[in-house]
Amino acid sequence: MSKPAYALPEGLPTPAQEPVALPYWEGTRAGKLVIQKCRGCGKHQWGPEWVCHACHSFDLGWEEVAPRGRIYSWQRPHHPVHPALEGHGPYIIVLVELPGAGNVRMVGNLLGDPAQAVTIGAEVEAVFEPHDTATPPYTLVQWRVVG
Amino acid sequence: MTERTLRGKVAIAGVGETTYYKHGRSPDAEFKLALQAIIAACRDAGVDPQDVDGFASYGNDRSDAPRLAAALGIRELRFSNMHWGGGGGGVAAAVANAGAAVHSGMAHCVIAFRSLAQGQFARYGRGAQQAAAAGDDAFLAPYGLMSPAQRFAMKITRYMTEHGIRHEALRAIALTSYAHAQTNPRAVMAGRPLDAAKYDASRWIIEPFHRLFDCCMENDGAGAVLVVPAERARDMPHKPTYLLGAAQGGHHRSAAPVHNAPDYASAHFPTVARNLWDMAQLGPKDVDVLQAYENFTGGVLLGMLEHGMVRPEEANEFLVPENLRFDGGKLPLNTSGGNLAECYMHGLEMVNEAVRQLRGDACNQVKDPQVAMVIGGPMVTPVSSLILGTEATL
Repeated sequence: MSKPAYALPEGLPTPAQEPVALPYWEGTRAGKLVIQKCRGCGKHQWGPEWVCHACHSFDLGWEEVAPRGRIYSWQRPHHPVHPALEGHGPYIIVLVELPGAGNVRMVGNLLGDPAQAVTIGAEVEAVFEPHDTATPPYTLVQWRVVG
Repeated sequence: MTERTLRGKVAIAGVGETTYYKHGRSPDAEFKLALQAIIAACRDAGVDPQDVDGFASYGNDRSDAPRLAAALGIRELRFSNMHWGGGGGGVAAAVANAGAAVHSGMAHCVIAFRSLAQGQFARYGRGAQQAAAAGDDAFLAPYGLMSPAQRFAMKITRYMTEHGIRHEALRAIALTSYAHAQTNPRAVMAGRPLDAAKYDASRWIIEPFHRLFDCCMENDGAGAVLVVPAERARDMPHKPTYLLGAAQGGHHRSAAPVHNAPDYASAHFPTVARNLWDMAQLGPKDVDVLQAYENFTGGVLLGMLEHGMVRPEEANEFLVPENLRFDGGKLPLNTSGGNLAECYMHGLEMVNEAVRQLRGDACNQVKDPQVAMVIGGPMVTPVSSLILGTEATL
């Protein structure tokens, strides 16, 4: 069995799949982007919180949203901030806004050439990156430029 | 109704600091550094340290008030206060909280301070090293987003790209701090000058706007100021430095999780700056000398813009070293060398420098300044800023 290709080296912190965010993590395992949507006022909310910031309802539903967005901002770190990144070289972090979900934003890595030019506004789509051998398993959401 | 303000009600009567060290080089423990700075500030003010009755700090300072009070033999502790938020976002707020305490009568003589020994404790420029990331970090750390520089970089990318501000504007900020440090004997980077070529050749920490010299140092040391009621300060050894304005906080949902602040490309000062100018009854043009916290040069830019010191469309033109020098610059900036080149004391060294400028005994003395401003650590939440003035500004 070939080793799965991850955007970044193994050994970085894994996500604690906390109760407030559990439907999101369950969604990613199924290849779906699931985020909070208030059942009171219909507002999307991300990151997850216990209360709706708009109407203060605690009745927060979770809804699948289109795994498409556009780059809102970006950075290309060179300096390794973690032992797992020593010697790895630069990589790209993007902040992606989701027009299909009230323009909430998500952070991920931009796949492809780490030296590529990055354009604010560029259309991107989600790529699910399962870490099946982790305990517990989890799936990250990465992004690649569309087209 | 009586006006609710701190303007002119309290003053900084003493400033103190330890020797500043490169990170990990302090021969003394962090708590000892805190004690040294506090005693120095008291001496400067001619006050017996045992008469201090309060402590205010920020950034989860580990030197806690009850231990300080016990160690110093404080007769009576009346005020102990920790301002929420990381890094130096709270530096101005800590001074203001000390001021609020003495103005309200909760205390009489309060120290605002910061102590850091990163050899004894962890450094900031490395991510947390635990295996699982919780809270906001669960959505950031697995993507290699962990350090302070990384937390803020995308704000800077977005703002500078949107407004067409060039990296040279940030270079001017870095060159200014290094130039001023060369004539400040306290500065860790004294004797280590920086020029444009060296800056341009320095390695990327993060593209597109963070070269090595856009980033603050990490240091060991401590700094402290002593805050008393204005009327008492008039009978003390130094010319009083009055608090004219102070504000802290953040605009609407500036701390929204996973980089979801509605006004994202911001240092988080829009409302804070408005409240600051309201209390000070002054405006950006009244500032004679500016100390603006450099965690990263991009944050200095955003902080200056949001306080109205410069407009976005004039930033490229205005942010050149000639305009920022202590001797003849239009807006003297970070005259001691700041976090980049004097010491990363989370901005407390900038409060001390603002006081020295207004007393007229700074090492890079601006000509006859009456109003000094300190902008605390930008891009965190809550942020804070401070306007100080001489007797003539009351």
